[in-house]
Amino acid sequence: MGTLAALAIIFAQLSLLAFGGGNTILPEMQRQVVEVHRWMSAQEFGALFALAQAAPGPNMMVVPLVGWHVAGLPGLLVSALAKFGPCSVLTGVVVGLWRRFKDRPWRRVVQAGLVPLTVGLVSASAVLISGATGRTAGLLGVTAGVAALSLLTRLHPLWLLAAGAVAGLAGAGG
Amino acid sequence: MTAVAEAAAPPPPGAALAPAPSCGALFLGFLGLGLIGFGGVLPMARRMLVEERRWLSAESFTELLGLCQFLPGGNVINLSVAVGMEFRGAAGAASALLGLVLGPTAVVIGLGVVYDRFRDDPTLQHMFAGLAAAAAGLLVATALKMLAPLRRNGRALLVVAATLIAIAVARWPLLPSLMVLAPASILLCGRRGR
Repeated sequence: MGTLAALAIIFAQLSLLAFGGGNTILPEMQRQVVEVHRWMSAQEFGALFALAQAAPGPNMMVVPLVGWHVAGLPGLLVSALAKFGPCSVLTGVVVGLWRRFKDRPWRRVVQAGLVPLTVGLVSASAVLISGATGRTAGLLGVTAGVAALSLLTRLHPLWLLAAGAVAGLAGAGG
Repeated sequence: MTAVAEAAAPPPPGAALAPAPSCGALFLGFLGLGLIGFGGVLPMARRMLVEERRWLSAESFTELLGLCQFLPGGNVINLSVAVGMEFRGAAGAASALLGLVLGPTAVVIGLGVVYDRFRDDPTLQHMFAGLAAAAAGLLVATALKMLAPLRRNGRALLVVAATLIAIAVARWPLLPSLMVLAPASILLCGRRGR
């Protein structure tokens, strides 16, 4: 199977499985890109994720970046279209039907019932990405420190990313 | 989200909504949103749609957001599609979505070019290692913030733990995992009678 076809299949599937937002599909994206197709190492995937976090916009900008990294401009276009297309078509179709089922009790039950699953998926993302990026005790310390600062202060995420980059320069990576 | 939204001057109660935006206005509105929203676009999205451009009332914003959170895909991505669809049908949806992702895509590719060009430079490698560790830290904080409201809910914690083990430890593929975990989560944790 060609690389572009593989990218299209992976991201179209992820597009429709991303219940609860983008961070829930990071583990599967990492599994496909690193373990199944071996397009890059887990460290490289972590670096691309970090680049995407340092950019503005919705938090799924790692998708076009992965596509570009794997197959250049065609890879970027294919992965972006596959990732943003299917869920957008679904949303567009459902907007028209929404008024019919928004007040049904089952909608509330399903939506509340999926919260723990979403939290579990985001936690799994955090564990996997931290494991890939924390190659030394110093880098794990950066991860823990940034997590603590983000929880305890109102510092802007960009400052925390910049502080991490400085800590890396100062030798946190050994 | 509300704290941020209230910080901006709210429109006077009963203020008229703006006329339905054109495809071009949708594109430009979401283009601006994509370029200013660092670390979460949602609070910015509410400010732009409800307070600044007055395309939506606060109620219709909440309603559309509820729909977008229910469907797969990024919340703000879906929101751009839903808003575009409301005003200009499929063409509006495409305009809004394209506007939202175009700017950030250009920025990440620019960053990716820099990364590829200098990836063998030891100084840059150290910097990127630190950046990546910090980005992981932000994700850890997000997970902990989401976990906090569930901490006294045993059933919810059970689902969280099962998901974590299946995905992060056993590394099961997402599709079969969801086919088991999603019904289990809904059965154990779906609130009834409300």
